[in-house]
Amino acid sequence: MVITNAKYIQEFENGNISVRATLDGVEMFVPTDTANRHYAEILKQVADGTITIAEAD
Amino acid sequence: MAVVINGSGTVTGLAVGGLPDGTVDEGTLATDSVTAAKIPASLENTFVSGRKNLIINGGFDVWQRGTSFSESDNYSADRWTDENSGASITITQQSFTLGQTDVSNNPKYYLRWAVTTGNDNSRITQKIENVSTFAGETVTLSYWAKHSSGTLPTGIKTALRQNFGSGGSPSSVVYTYGSTITLTSSWQKFTQTFTVPSINGKTLGTNNNNSLDVSLGWQDGTETAAYTIDFANVQLEKGSTATDFEHRSYGEELVLCQRYFEKLGNPDGVSGNVFFGITSATNATSARGPRIDFKVTKRATPTIALTGSLYYLSGPTWQSTAGWETTTQFIFGSQTTTGGVAGTAYTLSTTSGAGNYITADAEL
Repeated sequence: MVITNAKYIQEFENGNISVRATLDGVEMFVPTDTANRHYAEILKQVADGTITIAEAD
Repeated sequence: MAVVINGSGTVTGLAVGGLPDGTVDEGTLATDSVTAAKIPASLENTFVSGRKNLIINGGFDVWQRGTSFSESDNYSADRWTDENSGASITITQQSFTLGQTDVSNNPKYYLRWAVTTGNDNSRITQKIENVSTFAGETVTLSYWAKHSSGTLPTGIKTALRQNFGSGGSPSSVVYTYGSTITLTSSWQKFTQTFTVPSINGKTLGTNNNNSLDVSLGWQDGTETAAYTIDFANVQLEKGSTATDFEHRSYGEELVLCQRYFEKLGNPDGVSGNVFFGITSATNATSARGPRIDFKVTKRATPTIALTGSLYYLSGPTWQSTAGWETTTQFIFGSQTTTGGVAGTAYTLSTTSGAGNYITADAEL
């Protein structure tokens, strides 16, 4: 899975709630839930050094 | 006249005319004296109650994502994903001719698995939630298939995969392979009985994503030639007998699929605006979007994706889609909008068009 443009989204008092990223060419909003297959893949690619997640604005 | 035999010996050679009513009752037969082997196949379905098919969308009736895919390890028909291992795959929905009798139980659709460039270990898979499913038990997989075109590779088989998930230090996956099958250009029903290995002593990952995976069309060889296989009516059930395919209504099947994937907004592709709800601006540059309840509680917090465009009717500019969410609902993200008027209500809508919808994906 090709992941680009990963950036955290912050929501009011809830902190980083999701990651906005382009996965295989499609923009997606991926929740920070490790049971979510996309977030698990994002974490794997971060651990592998393939991608980084930018901080929220 | 009644003949009473009072003893423990064996009586042979008696010609018995019909037994009178009430002769054989629950007291006559010893406990467990009638085994499954003595139940005729024609009656077996009579004794199966409740849900027997663990495969969701085994009849390939639900296609929320579309009906034609050039795939790369992704989902196509609901709950079905290809694992192509370097192969190139096209998956399409195909319709049976009305009234056909080649495949029993009158299925409406089948899945066409077109391998344009073959490779070993490519297959189509359904991941059944929870690796403890059928662990240590005997199960039977049944499905209909035919060779539609091209040159088949040397071996096509089925397989079960016990996946203990990710996160932490889960046990390695366990494969249980079925026999190689011989496909022809005619529809055939294939059955494969498996003994699913016990999971005693295994360790689950911490990400709550373990599963029992069922794969069809598993290419054994490394040939790269193109070929096409059609699949219909897939069923995985407990026991060593393949019973008739379990019929579920489209509505039932759709709800089962929506635990893993749901299309909101304009699921039927009808052109027009879809109104998601009303929200109000906090100030000129901020507004929390409306809340959307999923039709079905999701397996995990889902990934949200927008196809098409959203906008506030006569309001500030829409800037993002997903915000806070759970397995039951999500709230469109809090916005850094421009032109909002504090306290003013705005309606969030899709622009007009058939391709405007939101998806919630909680697949394994």
